[in-house]
Amino acid sequence: MTFFDELNSLKIEETVTTLPIISKETVEQTLKKPTLTLADFPTLISPNALPYLEIMAQKAHTLTKQRFGNTMQLFIPMYLSNLCFNKCTYCGFSVEHKYPRVTLTPDEIMAEAKLLQQKGFQHVLLLTGEAQGVVDVNYISKAVAQVKPLFASVGIEIQPLNEAEYIIMINAGADSLTLYQETYHQGAYAQYHLAGKKKNFKHRLDAVEAGGKAGFYRINIGALLGLYDWQYEAIALAHHAQYMQKKYWKSKYSISLPRIQKMVGQFNASHLISNAQFVQLICAFRLIFPDIGITLSTRESAELRNHLIPLGITTMSAESKTEPGGYSGKEAEQQFQTSDHRSLEEIKSLLIQKGYEPVLKDWH
Amino acid sequence: MFTEAPFFIAQKQLKSRLLVGTGKFSSAQVMKSAIEASGAEIVTTAIRRIDLTNPEDSFITSISPKDYIFLPNTSGARTAEEALKIARIAKATGISNWVKLEVTPEPNYLLPDPIDTLKAAEQLVKEGFIVLPYINADPILAKRLEECGCATVMPLAAPIGSNRGLKTKDQIQLIIQQSNIPVIVDAGIGSPSQAAEAMEMGADAVLVNTAIATATSPIQMAKAFKIAVEAGRLAYEAGLPGIQSTAHASSPLTGFLQS
Repeated sequence: MTFFDELNSLKIEETVTTLPIISKETVEQTLKKPTLTLADFPTLISPNALPYLEIMAQKAHTLTKQRFGNTMQLFIPMYLSNLCFNKCTYCGFSVEHKYPRVTLTPDEIMAEAKLLQQKGFQHVLLLTGEAQGVVDVNYISKAVAQVKPLFASVGIEIQPLNEAEYIIMINAGADSLTLYQETYHQGAYAQYHLAGKKKNFKHRLDAVEAGGKAGFYRINIGALLGLYDWQYEAIALAHHAQYMQKKYWKSKYSISLPRIQKMVGQFNASHLISNAQFVQLICAFRLIFPDIGITLSTRESAELRNHLIPLGITTMSAESKTEPGGYSGKEAEQQFQTSDHRSLEEIKSLLIQKGYEPVLKDWH
Repeated sequence: MFTEAPFFIAQKQLKSRLLVGTGKFSSAQVMKSAIEASGAEIVTTAIRRIDLTNPEDSFITSISPKDYIFLPNTSGARTAEEALKIARIAKATGISNWVKLEVTPEPNYLLPDPIDTLKAAEQLVKEGFIVLPYINADPILAKRLEECGCATVMPLAAPIGSNRGLKTKDQIQLIIQQSNIPVIVDAGIGSPSQAAEAMEMGADAVLVNTAIATATSPIQMAKAFKIAVEAGRLAYEAGLPGIQSTAHASSPLTGFLQS
């Protein structure tokens, strides 16, 4: 059985409709339990849990501190290409947008990587669109091998691959895999992914398992909030995390909860999640999964990021650019707009001021 | 007059029976002060966290090799092979030929893999390392590691970072009884009283990290652990009353005479 089968067997729509009738008493009882399980997750994201947000936040803070200490891992994304043959209505790289596409050459990759290394980054995440025949396994694995000597950790956020292809990436030097399902709702998925290989919902979901089989040290999964009901996405993602943790138990998992931002083409997210609900969601994940990594990107504003730091976040990016060659000043279209433009040094100072040690290196 | 028994690891005489870890601190300065307050002589650190190429690395600049014995650990290794690779990196840089061997295939509770730990220990001893393996509280594994030449065994009290105390107490007691090498209780000790309890049982030393690093005042907590470890050791050497040191057979050999 794959997670695709499990997802189909879960009645998440029904669970979501019952969330408003979960009582305050149930919330209170749940928050008193010494350990929480996935069965408690719907209660924590229910509307009646919102008044208990401070209690949840305090618990989330304590748990995070116990399991991860007073530290924050920092990383930077590095886009290799914005060439993409998929048509996805929310994405700045979507094929229908007419602008000159950029795919970095080996020299450009090296220049960009050296710049990031000089800034002090030691964990880098390589990203691409999906362009078969151009930005393929060969191109990406070469890029991984090329930048690996410069960094302690190299991650990839690329098109779904199979197990053998992921092993090529691992052998080239990649230790982490990031692959978001975007939305776990198949009907919604079909509305947003109109053409290209990304149309295949199951193929994307299966690829995470292929990554687990291939043996990535870290696997980062997530949903793009704004595409569908956030509570639905949260329950599906929580099940996905638990399924992966139990089945591919040697990998360290983290989750991301990116919220849709502005990009070329003016996509308007139809399922908004408020800041309070966003905080509720982060805390709920921490309470159910004390050891899971939670990544916070520069999509969120500087002010909100400041406040989210103690609530369960374990990994942050800084001074990110979402266009290929962006750090070296190359002109290219970005995937989406970031909100927090502070430099690595500014983020480091902020963390120190808040009592956290900024961790740049935590791998070999 | 009471005199404390000398304590050796790999022929190195030590005054402190408290070893400390360097993870989870809020800053290098807090780590440095807490380690000083703990009185520890052996300091363990994850090779994955040190930037050996950077002379400004916060660990390298705050903990002087003149003042402490560095105990690099293989944190992050999932297999014997990965642990060997990490240990060799540490040795090659000349930091130390001591290694705290951690082989933890599961990333959340970080429970050690007994099979790969033994495999890696055998190889590291052959290569001239001083090996201190982190193990589950398994008395037979402890003997096997002693036989292959490890300097200590380091059984866990509870899953690492859990602060749950001596959950494996009975098994640790057996390890202490049977061991000819120092037994250092590692992982899971959440309070000074628990450290004292391990020392009262006869553990040779304890290793503490999370309980110090994540305390409200890590420096005071480090001092509290120092005192607790000393108190526990003193109590052990003073001879706690009422502890049965050998097992009695449940069926006496002469029991038949009474039937």
